[in-house]
Amino acid sequence: MHTNGQKLIGSEIFFECLRRENVEYIFGYPGGALLKVYEILHDVVDIKHILVRHEQGATHMAEGYSRATGRPGVVLVTSGPGATNTVTGITNAYMDSTPLVVFTGQVPSSLIGNDAFQEADIVGITRPITKHNFLVKDVRELASTIRKAFFLATNGRPGPVLVDMPKDVLNAECIFEWPESVEIRGFKPTIKCHSNQVQKAARLIADAKRPLFYIGGGVISAGASEELRKIAIDQQIPVTMTLQGLGAFPGDHPLSMGMLGMHGTFWSNQAVSHCDLLIAVGARFDDRVTGKVDTFATQAYKIHNDIDPTNVDKNIKVDLPVVGDSKDFLASLIEAMPKTKEDRSAWLAEIEEWRKQCPLDYDNEPDSLKTEFVIDEVSKQTEGHAVIVTDVGQHQMWTSQYYKFTEPRSIITSGGLGTMGFGLPSAIGAAFGVTDRPIVLFSGDGGLMMNIQELVTAVYNKLPVKIFLINNSYLGMVRQWQELFHKEKYSFTDLEASNPDFVRVAEAFGCKALSANNPESARNAITEALAYHEGPVLVDFRVIRKDMVFPMVPAGGSISDMLLARLNPKTMV
Amino acid sequence: MKHLISVLVENKFGTLNRVASMFSARGFNLESISIGETEDPEISRMTIVTKGEDRIISQVLKQLNRLIDTIKVTDLTHQPHVERELLLLSLKLGKSTQHEIFELANVFKGKVVDIKQKSITIEFVGSPEKINTAIDLFRPFGIRELARSGAVAIHRGES
Ligand SMILES: Cc1ncc(C[n+]2csc(CCOP(=O)(O)OP(=O)(O)O)c2C)c(N)n1
Ligand SMILES: [Mg+2]
Repeated sequence: MHTNGQKLIGSEIFFECLRRENVEYIFGYPGGALLKVYEILHDVVDIKHILVRHEQGATHMAEGYSRATGRPGVVLVTSGPGATNTVTGITNAYMDSTPLVVFTGQVPSSLIGNDAFQEADIVGITRPITKHNFLVKDVRELASTIRKAFFLATNGRPGPVLVDMPKDVLNAECIFEWPESVEIRGFKPTIKCHSNQVQKAARLIADAKRPLFYIGGGVISAGASEELRKIAIDQQIPVTMTLQGLGAFPGDHPLSMGMLGMHGTFWSNQAVSHCDLLIAVGARFDDRVTGKVDTFATQAYKIHNDIDPTNVDKNIKVDLPVVGDSKDFLASLIEAMPKTKEDRSAWLAEIEEWRKQCPLDYDNEPDSLKTEFVIDEVSKQTEGHAVIVTDVGQHQMWTSQYYKFTEPRSIITSGGLGTMGFGLPSAIGAAFGVTDRPIVLFSGDGGLMMNIQELVTAVYNKLPVKIFLINNSYLGMVRQWQELFHKEKYSFTDLEASNPDFVRVAEAFGCKALSANNPESARNAITEALAYHEGPVLVDFRVIRKDMVFPMVPAGGSISDMLLARLNPKTMV
Repeated sequence: MKHLISVLVENKFGTLNRVASMFSARGFNLESISIGETEDPEISRMTIVTKGEDRIISQVLKQLNRLIDTIKVTDLTHQPHVERELLLLSLKLGKSTQHEIFELANVFKGKVVDIKQKSITIEFVGSPEKINTAIDLFRPFGIRELARSGAVAIHRGES
C-alpha cells in the first residue's frame, strides 16, 4: 500500500491504482513490454494475478467474472500480439455491455509509429470496439487515466475500456496522486428518468388490457430485478426476456414467459404480436429478437426505457422513450402506479392457450440422449440456482429454453457477438467471482476446442467448474441451417472424423472426466459432477447428432411465423 | 435532407478519427468535416455536413453525443447560423478568357491569390451553395484544380 505524495514508478502506480479500485483479480499474460510490471507483481500479495494460456481467454475470463459479480473485469496483456489477441473478447464485452478494463503494454513512446518489435496500434484497432480508450503518454497521467477508465467502464451503459501503457511510462518515476474524483466533461449519462415520462408510462400501464414486459440485460446490470418482480406481480403483467435478460424475473413464476425472438417460446412471440402495450426495459430491439421489423408488435403502444439514448428508435420506432437507469425507471414506476388494478385474467388465459398449443417438450428414449434432457436435468438438480455459462450454438439455445433461471446474474453467454470459444474461459472467470453457487458450463464440441487451452487454468486453480460438453460431433447450429435452408449441403460441419476423445483430452490436462450416452447415465454423471468440488470436471454427453432447435423464426421472418418442427418444415402457425 | 452539425470536442489526438470512424462504422453519410481549435486551446470545433432522413439524423446526433471526447453537439440546421466555406480555384488563363474571368470573379467577390502566364488562382468565401454556383459558372473556362475547405459554421449572436 502506497500513499499519495510518494515517489513511485509507473508499474507501482499501476498496482496502487488497482488497489484503490478494489480489484481482486487480474487475468493476464506477461511479455516484453510488461517486464517491469511483472517484476513489481512478483511481490504484490493483495491482488491475485491469474495466468491464462491465451489472451483471448483472459478477456473472456474477465467478462465471466464481471457478469457473475457485477464488478469490472481486469485484463493485463503485453504489446503487439498480446494486445491483438484481446480483440475478440473486447468486442464481445462491447456488444454485451460488460464493464472491462483492459491494460496493454506498448513499445516505448520513442518507438511508437516505427513498426517496432511487437508494436501494434491497439488504440487505433480497438477504437470502434471499446467504450473509450487511452494511450498514456506521461507517467504523471497514469493514475488519473486509470481512474477514468474504471469510471467509464462502470458508469452509464457499461462497456470495455482499454488503457495502453508504453514501456517507458511504466518505468518512469513521479509523485503518486490518486484523484479524489473524476470529471469527464463529455460523459454525463442520464440516470434519473424524466418524471413526466414515468407518469405517462404508469397511466398507460394502468389502462392496458394486454401489457407485456420485454426485459433485456440492462435490468440485470442495473440490479433492478427486485423492482421488476414487484411491479410485474403487482400489476399481473407477463414478462418475456431476451437471452441476456433471463434470470431478471424468476423462470419458475407463472408470469414468466421465457425468452422471445428467433428461438424464443411460441407463446412469447405470440404475446408480442398481440399485446396492446409493450414495455421494453434495458433491451435494444436486436434483430434476433424482432425478426422482420415491420411486423414486430404492430398492435402495441411501445414504451422503451434504456440508459443509452442511441438504443431508442434505432431499430424500432417507439411511442414513449424513457432514457435513464432501469432501476430508477422501475422504482419510479412502482411509485407512480395508481392503486386501482386492471383485471388481466383474460390476457393471461390467452397466453396460457398459446403455451398449451405449442409447449416446450421433448421425447426421451432410454437408449439415446437428448440435449434437452441434459439441460432439464441440470435445471432440476440445481433447482435453477446455478450460474449457467454457455458457448454458442444449438446447446446455447436449448439452455435458454430448458434451464429455469431463478435469479439474476445466472446466465453468462455471448449474445451480441455470438463468440464461439467464450464458454470455457468465461466459466472460469465466473468461478473466481462466485464460490457459493455451482458454476455450470454448457459447451458445444466445436466451441470447446476454441479455447480448450484454458482447461489448464481451471485445473491449476482447482476451480470446481462443471464442464458439460454437449457433444453432437457437429457444428450443430450451422448444420441445422444447412438442413433447413441450404439444400442439405453439409459443408464442413461434421466433426465426427476429426474430434478428439474429449475424456482423454480432459484427463491429459489433469481434469476429472466422465461420459454419458443415455438418460440414466447422464442423470448419474450430473449428480456426480455436481457433488465434486476438488477441481473441474468434464462430462462428455454423447447426444443424438442431428437434433434441431425448435421453435424457430427463420432469419428475416416475422416472429409470429415460427417453424415448429423438422418433419414438416412448412408447418407454420 | 442536409444537416449542419457543430460539435465541440476535446482537442486531443485521435478525436477526429473517433468521429470519422463512427460515421463509417454506422454507415452514416459524411459530406464534409472540418476541424480547428477554438478560443479555448483544449477544445476544438468540428463542423460536419451530413445528409439523411430525420430518423438517421437523430441517430447521428445521439451517436456523436455518445462519444466520450465530444463535449457539445448542436444541429445548426434549423437555428440562426452563419455558414461559410473557402474555395481555392485554379483556372487556365488565356487572352480570350481573361477579361470574363476577372469579371465573374468580381461578381463572386473573389480575390486573386496567384497569377502566372497560363494560370490564375482565385480565393472565394461564401455559403457552400454560393461556392457550388461559382464552380459551375467557372467550369467552362477550364478548371485546373480546386480545393474546398468544407463548411464551417457558428450560431448567430443574440440581438
Ligand atoms: C468464433 C466463431 N466462429 C464461427 C461461428 C459460427 N457458428 C455459430 S454456431 C456454430 C456451430 C457451433 O458448434 P458447436 O460448438 O459444436 O455447438 P452446437 O451448435 O453443436 O451445439 C458456428 C460454427 C461463431 N459463432 N463463432
Ligand atoms: Mg456440436
